[in-house]
Amino acid sequence: MMKDRRRSVPRIARRAMTAGLALALGLAHAQIAPVTGWAPLAGDGLHDPKGPAIGLLQEPAAALSVLPPDTAGNKVGWTRALDGGFIKPRSTIDPGLTVNLRTTEVLLKRTGEMPMVRFPHRQHTVWLDCVNCHNGMFEMRAGASKINMFLILQGEKCGVCHGAVAFPLTECQRCHSVARGSPEAAAFGKGLVRE
Amino acid sequence: MTARRGRHAARGLRTALLVVAAVALAVLPAEVPAEYGDVVLNKRSEKAGVLPVVFPHWFHRIRFRCKVCHSELGFKMRAGANDVLMASIIDGKFCGMCHNGQIAWGAEQCDLCHSGKRGVKSGIYGSHETRGPGKW
Repeated sequence: MMKDRRRSVPRIARRAMTAGLALALGLAHAQIAPVTGWAPLAGDGLHDPKGPAIGLLQEPAAALSVLPPDTAGNKVGWTRALDGGFIKPRSTIDPGLTVNLRTTEVLLKRTGEMPMVRFPHRQHTVWLDCVNCHNGMFEMRAGASKINMFLILQGEKCGVCHGAVAFPLTECQRCHSVARGSPEAAAFGKGLVRE
Repeated sequence: MTARRGRHAARGLRTALLVVAAVALAVLPAEVPAEYGDVVLNKRSEKAGVLPVVFPHWFHRIRFRCKVCHSELGFKMRAGANDVLMASIIDGKFCGMCHNGQIAWGAEQCDLCHSGKRGVKSGIYGSHETRGPGKW
């Protein structure tokens, strides 16, 4: 009995130590890889933490924390940042170049049981030029392009940007936003495009 | 006595496994916490004796719309699809359109772009939600 009791004390201590170690290492891990916010460049897993660029390059948190927040990707509402004048990114290097903008919206109806997709040209053309999508990735004529989630999840079509630099593919409802039979669906009438 | 010894051994093993798991959790990050859209260029860098390049999309899109690099400058929208050579940059192409000492720092500031860790592979990084295209 005595022998057992003597052994049971260090066992509890051992377990406490293990738990403490796990907690301490877990906290250290959380500092290396924060779940929320923006990782410092020295701890982002890509930059050389001892390199001369650290301290000279702008830190993500410094630049992104002051922009309209979002829950995914860079945790910045990039188009809100642009529309609200929080950022003023240049449209061209050559000032003589034509800047193409478009505001029509396209309805993608064949979305199975998901709500339909409303594609807004405005939010895309403030960032991109027509040639970035047409005619390589998408046909100019609404309804003519083969688009599906298998392609998108493999990084094709919308997935060239969404899932890489534009809001990620976890945000289903941002694209699949038009319920069948809703007033928004009715606004398209029988067509696929509206001004 | 033997049964008790067996129980002790099992507990010892459990404790050891817990410690190993805790260490693994701390030492091996679940994924690289890079910023969403960061691109590493290392097709040639390390072979040529310089560190890989880290290109941050977030930093650039604050200052330039996508169309500047992906239409006007001619960067294809697929990480790895562009053959970006220092000779071209110095010649004013690709990064060199701006990284010329006028719009942004010039090509002589090697360390500011060639700032990656040794051994980091080329590709697009930084999404804890999707891990980028084709990685689901």
